[in-house]
Amino acid sequence: MINSSPTVQLRLQRLFGQNEMVLLLVLLGMVTAITIVSPRFLGPENLFSILLSASYTGIFAIGFLLVLVSGGLDVSFTAVATVAQYVMGTVLIANPDIPPAVAVLLPLVVGVALGSLNALLIHYLNAPPIIITIANLNIFFGLLQFITGGEWLNGFPEWFDHFPQTYVISFQNADGVSYGLSIIVVIWIAVAVVAGLLMHYFKAGRKLYAMGGNLEAARRAGIDILRYRIFAYGFLGFCAGLGGLVHTFITQTVVPNTLVGHEFDVVAAVVLGGASIFGGSGTVVGTVLGVTLLAVLGNALTIMKVPTYWHEVFVGGIVILSIAITTLSAIAARNREKKYHAQ
Amino acid sequence: MSDFIAMRHVTKNYAGVQALKQIDFQLKRGEVHCLCGENGSGKSTLIKILSGVVKPDEGSEITIDGKVFPHLTAQQALEQGVRVIYQDLALFPNLTVKENIAFQSFSDKGSLLVRWRKVEKTARAAMDLIGLDLDLNRLTGSLPIAQQQLVEITRALIGEPKLLVLDEPTASLTRKEVNALFEVIARLKARGVTTMFVSHKLNEVFEIAERVTVLRDGEKIGEYTPAEIDHKKLVFLMTGRKYESAPPAPLDPAAETLLEVKNLTRNGEFSDLSFTVKKGEIVGITGLLGSGRTELALSIFGMTHPDSGTILLEGKPIKLRTNSEAKKLGIVYVPEDRLRQGVIQAQTILDNMSLTVLDNLLSKLGLLDKKRMKHDGETWVKDLQIKIPSLDSSVKTLSGGNQQKVVLSKWLATNPKLLILDEPTIGIDVLAKNGVHDLVKELATKGIGIILISDEIPEVLANCHRILVMQKGRFVHEVVPGPDAERDLFENFNLS
Amino acid sequence: MLNKILEASRGWGRRNAEMAALPFLLLGVVAVLSIATEIVSEGNIHFLSVENFGAMAAQIPELGLLSLAMMVTMLTAGINLSIISSANLVGVGMAVTFVTFGPGAAAAGMTIPLIVVTIVGGLLFSVLLGWFNGLLIAKLKITPVLATLGTMILYEGLTLAITKGYVISGMPEEFLNIAAGSFFGIPYALILFVVVAIVIAYVLQRRPFGRQLYMLGSNQTATSFSAVNIDRVIIKTYMLSGLLVGFAAIIMLSRFSSANARQGTSLLLVTVLIAVLGGTDPDGGFGKVLGLVMALLIMQAITSGLNLLSISSFLTLGLWGALLIGVIAYRSYRAKNPGKRAKSLAA
Repeated sequence: MINSSPTVQLRLQRLFGQNEMVLLLVLLGMVTAITIVSPRFLGPENLFSILLSASYTGIFAIGFLLVLVSGGLDVSFTAVATVAQYVMGTVLIANPDIPPAVAVLLPLVVGVALGSLNALLIHYLNAPPIIITIANLNIFFGLLQFITGGEWLNGFPEWFDHFPQTYVISFQNADGVSYGLSIIVVIWIAVAVVAGLLMHYFKAGRKLYAMGGNLEAARRAGIDILRYRIFAYGFLGFCAGLGGLVHTFITQTVVPNTLVGHEFDVVAAVVLGGASIFGGSGTVVGTVLGVTLLAVLGNALTIMKVPTYWHEVFVGGIVILSIAITTLSAIAARNREKKYHAQ
Repeated sequence: MSDFIAMRHVTKNYAGVQALKQIDFQLKRGEVHCLCGENGSGKSTLIKILSGVVKPDEGSEITIDGKVFPHLTAQQALEQGVRVIYQDLALFPNLTVKENIAFQSFSDKGSLLVRWRKVEKTARAAMDLIGLDLDLNRLTGSLPIAQQQLVEITRALIGEPKLLVLDEPTASLTRKEVNALFEVIARLKARGVTTMFVSHKLNEVFEIAERVTVLRDGEKIGEYTPAEIDHKKLVFLMTGRKYESAPPAPLDPAAETLLEVKNLTRNGEFSDLSFTVKKGEIVGITGLLGSGRTELALSIFGMTHPDSGTILLEGKPIKLRTNSEAKKLGIVYVPEDRLRQGVIQAQTILDNMSLTVLDNLLSKLGLLDKKRMKHDGETWVKDLQIKIPSLDSSVKTLSGGNQQKVVLSKWLATNPKLLILDEPTIGIDVLAKNGVHDLVKELATKGIGIILISDEIPEVLANCHRILVMQKGRFVHEVVPGPDAERDLFENFNLS
Repeated sequence: MLNKILEASRGWGRRNAEMAALPFLLLGVVAVLSIATEIVSEGNIHFLSVENFGAMAAQIPELGLLSLAMMVTMLTAGINLSIISSANLVGVGMAVTFVTFGPGAAAAGMTIPLIVVTIVGGLLFSVLLGWFNGLLIAKLKITPVLATLGTMILYEGLTLAITKGYVISGMPEEFLNIAAGSFFGIPYALILFVVVAIVIAYVLQRRPFGRQLYMLGSNQTATSFSAVNIDRVIIKTYMLSGLLVGFAAIIMLSRFSSANARQGTSLLLVTVLIAVLGGTDPDGGFGKVLGLVMALLIMQAITSGLNLLSISSFLTLGLWGALLIGVIAYRSYRAKNPGKRAKSLAA
């Protein structure tokens, strides 16, 4: 029998995860390098603006992570978010006096409903999630465009305009413009914290990991698969609705095709954060780091005056490189293990 | 000892097919009971009825600890302390050892939160029951398969198990690990836990069983103590047929050397191996799982590269980079994991058979000649007596023995000189096994050199000209099958 | 005679269960649309008309080629998310060549050689892009979804970097003839597609590479143990996918007479839809060109028909999705409740 009591190093790794450590180091290294080139980068104003710009991607990513961990996949969330935006926008413009609480609840309900629909179809049709959600992406988006005629929505009530400018901590810069930690960023962080707690401290979270690790075993262990599928896809729907809401807060307009078509930006961030595309692994901390890393990269390229049309080359390069490194190191680790057992 | 479980008149029909006919089956408290039978004899149906997964027909009766049930639900079976460990482990590789062991606590009603300390305590206590000491925080998927199995057994110990059912638990274990498993069973026995053990490896049955129940075609043939029967008798009871195995045809003393391996070494796998195979010779390589046999085979087949030493084929040294180079030279390999490495289950029999010879089946236009492909397939089906519905059926519709013959046919189609067989009859019924053995012996008479790797001693003894014993990556012994060979192997190497 | 035909078609349906429903679906779609257009337009517009077939024929080739490019990778249990961005990169590459050397070549009377060289170069370039995908998947062992997701972003980025976000236009007239010209009324592009589809069908069914590709899609390990160099088959598959993308890029550039970084990005998921509707198993190992072509015709018939009915193209998008879910539901129902015929066969 192997009796290995974990070393301190191992404990640290478990607490923070090897992958997350690497990501954090890469992020810190990047921040340091950018700051040397352009000291303006590290200023609080810029950092807050990075966090704000990453907020809705971040919220989508958290939801996407849950589905991925449970062994699923959903590429329809951008369409869900857009539908949620339109439902809210239409209602809000027609009835500017409805209570804000009702207005912000609307996109969340729409999101959960459409997310659950994905779960039901995947469960009962027993079909690959990617195919079902591609189909639903087309249905949701096609019907939305058909019904709305692609019309832009704007002119929301005053409170809607003011809300995103609520700062939890606020400062003024040299020009007298106020900036700070926006409530939007706090919402993003709150979602991450809730999801993080859920995944580690709640039985439901552990069951999602179990489903992603071995679905058949989960079934044998008596997990109600349908229920937890609805939970995971419903949660992503919730995040899609919330992300759509946040996006509307930031842009103050609803446009049919700003989110749709950008599904894979979120996928890239989550995968960069170390989640397995096959399910069963991935952490909220990693996902947050993945999203932040890409946001910092984008911001840094802007600050360093790299033309925007080069940005995607960097993003694509980094995604390929990071996945290649993770894959190769996993293979190397497996070989080491094999050699170890052979001796 | 009293009857702990008594099943009476248990019958099960599947859409008109009788899987079980009026079975009476008893388990005594704390005994180790083996269930023997061929595939399709009704073993798994019986286990499934016992664990509440399958509902028996009307008139069946199951008594557990004096309580009578017409049938069990999965929940009832669990409550009565029945725990089944299936061959395909039901573990979560991405969760830690403690979570896997205490997984049921995630389904407890009450709190929504995980009580991590309780999870750890439960897992620790369960491991202590069988004297297991694993790192509780390690990911289960990173453990060797034997330890994963122990994790699953440990999980079964949560919540007062009374009966542990092990379905083919030793299929992928080394001898040392089998010993460890048997030790665990002994410990459980001391605690009054009954064990029901299903295995294809009859030698293990004799080693551990206190009683043996034999099933055949859904009927109970009888109940025996190991003292009452021997290996031959048990095979007869299981198959209903007497089978006489003829030894391989004597080797022509003038046969040329086909393969010569000199000082072959691959670091961490095997070292300094030298041996020869003559044309028409069947050389057995035995030794326990993990002794380096498969690794040696893969190196001869070109799938891995030895670090030093030479391989000579018909006197010429060869250096293989890939297995397709090996194929061209006439070296072929039937892998040990038939389902994952041998056949492509979802695809058709014909596609499986022709995969190795596609380049030979081209017409003048460079396209596959479908007619010839089909004709060749039909010829192989006839020659190897493969039982198939049609060449267009998928391989997964075939029994294990016929699947293995499909694998053999795909390699024989390449006209091999050297055929390496790695555990060719694992998980195959006794009669089908004999079919494969007869085929191998016939191939040898046609001048094909054969390496037969197996950890079933009776298999190598009955079918080989010579047997090499491998241990920890080295050859340690050589025997020629004969009256004393079996005892020799058993006493010197604890091979049974 | 009729009996023989019926028997033969039943046999075909049994062997090709995954696409057996498609001919009926196609007939149904055509029938419904023909009647609907007659009624709605009060007999002024006909679905079964030369004009409509002409419109369909113009759109089928590029979508068909892209779907084939998607399908061959799905057969190996992979996927190629980079097809659209590859097509755009190749298109932009060719466009830049034309814009740079076009005037000079025209002055020297060398336009045709320039077009030939550019097309060959474009095809080689697209094979190279596919080769890179294959390399990431086969040699670096990156899962296809992630590898091609990465290259999708990378290739799109390169295209953006080349075009700086602008549209490049001004192709030689002779080049535009590929999409615009026709041979006895059949557009060159359609001829190209039909030829390519037939060649691919033969390669998949009757070449060793094709059989190996299917086998590998069902079980990589067993295929590798059968002395098949699976790395090579994977790389070749993605190169083939790249080549098909290259043909699509030529037709797209010729049809639009311009190239940019974000042309046709909405087609990516549509190609997956067409492949799956046509019976390609996303888990690999199964799928045929014939099924894909039927699915393509169904999709195109719906698009054109609804277009004739002046229904929003977005509703068409939704209908495609609904159709796919419907077919999946039907297949799932059939798998759970096999018909009498299938049952008696199994017994």
